[in-house]
Amino acid sequence: MKTNHKKPAKIPLTVDQKIRRRTFISFGTFLALGSGAFVGWKWLLNAPEETAGITAGARAPLRRALNKTELFFRNFFSNKHLVKTYPVERAAKSPRINSLIGIEDDEDFDIAAWKLQVKLNNQKNRYITIEEIKALPKTEIVYDFKCVEGWDEIQYWAGVKLSDFLTHFQLENEAEKQYMGLETPNGAYYVGLERESILHTQTLLAYEMNGKAISTEHGAPLRLIIPVKYGIKNLKRIGMISFSNSRPKDYWAEQGYDYYSGL
Amino acid sequence: MKVIKEKHSLLMRWTHWVNFPVLAIMIWSGLFIYWANDAYGISIFGFTLIKFFPEWFYDYFHIPQRLAEGMAFHFLFVWFFFINGLLYVVYTVFSGAWRELLPNKNSFKEAWLVLLHDLHIRKTVPPQKKYNAAQRIAYSAIIFMGLGSVITGLAIYKPVQFYWICWLCGGYHFARILHFALTIGYVFFFLIHIVQVALAGWNNFRAVIAGFEVVEDQAQPKVQELTIETEDKDENKS
Repeated sequence: MKTNHKKPAKIPLTVDQKIRRRTFISFGTFLALGSGAFVGWKWLLNAPEETAGITAGARAPLRRALNKTELFFRNFFSNKHLVKTYPVERAAKSPRINSLIGIEDDEDFDIAAWKLQVKLNNQKNRYITIEEIKALPKTEIVYDFKCVEGWDEIQYWAGVKLSDFLTHFQLENEAEKQYMGLETPNGAYYVGLERESILHTQTLLAYEMNGKAISTEHGAPLRLIIPVKYGIKNLKRIGMISFSNSRPKDYWAEQGYDYYSGL
Repeated sequence: MKVIKEKHSLLMRWTHWVNFPVLAIMIWSGLFIYWANDAYGISIFGFTLIKFFPEWFYDYFHIPQRLAEGMAFHFLFVWFFFINGLLYVVYTVFSGAWRELLPNKNSFKEAWLVLLHDLHIRKTVPPQKKYNAAQRIAYSAIIFMGLGSVITGLAIYKPVQFYWICWLCGGYHFARILHFALTIGYVFFFLIHIVQVALAGWNNFRAVIAGFEVVEDQAQPKVQELTIETEDKDENKS
């Protein structure tokens, strides 16, 4: 009689019940996690654009990811890692012209009056002529120029090593700063570069292409050739260079591209 | 009598279902990158067979220039792709699950039988443990393809810093072609995989979510007899 007060002993589940139970729990979990992932994806797709500044045009979380990824991969950067070079015969006879920003929109430009403006630490400017630059030891490079769009082309450039240039014109103190900014004379195109890439041994201020003076479309009289970066950083027709400890403004980083864009 | 038989580990199921959307996003964002300079196609004797991609494809999917966006997504989601893949590989190696995954000496012969059976040419059902021979080859290949995508991806991403990876991949151009071809491979894998999963039925599909399958258990003595029989057969063979 006493046993009547007790709850009936649990009947073990049948196989079918077990199957139903486990299926229900696991599919429920699957759907819940899947929905969570879908909500997360929607959040990312609808994430607001970053506040426009030095970089702009990317979704804020994606920009954070780009910057973090940059920091990770910069650990692998070394001045000893050189871009592959080729024999001169492999170089394109008429290299591709992909963009003329800062060149085609500058009708007032007078190449004869051109001088490179360097902003010094003491707020003063220094002006350097092309003859002074050409007087420095010339360095040649034949390498595979890589565009962020995906094309590449073997090209032949010559000029002065940027590191030689900085030493010769006693700009070492300026080059101590973390970044260098370059602009076209009309300021329409501009790039920012970190110190390590500036001082890379294959980074040139180029004034020759295929053994001749650079054409207007390729950035006469002086352009940047920086093989450790995509083409977007290889500024044509340099007007002014400056140094800073924060990122200088960068044309394509304002259009949603990675600021670093290193190779 | 119905019996619950454990089939797929939680880790295998987790990494499978994480990989599916992540790989989809990698392909989607990868296409934005490719479309900035869509140079690839297949031609024979100067006659273009296929161009990746034909105009109608772009028109149909309304593809605008979204290179910067594609790169931003690609370089974020590659972390998930890599970590998820690494998790699966490490688990598979250390749990011993690789024994049921990697093809063995009979797999390449048996895979042919699986193909004939699936095409309804041959009636005999080929040996099926957790994975049959064709599955072993396909699922092992897809893991190596994933590894290939990571390596060729690194070669394209940092061809100067990782110049030796770029060299291993046959240079910048070839690395890009491999990276692209692997993506086409995933699409083919996916199409076949979907058809096979649909044909295999509910019990098989449920196992990849719930982890177990339901099998008909035969009476104990009979099973023992069977195992003895097969052992005998094996001995005769060898």
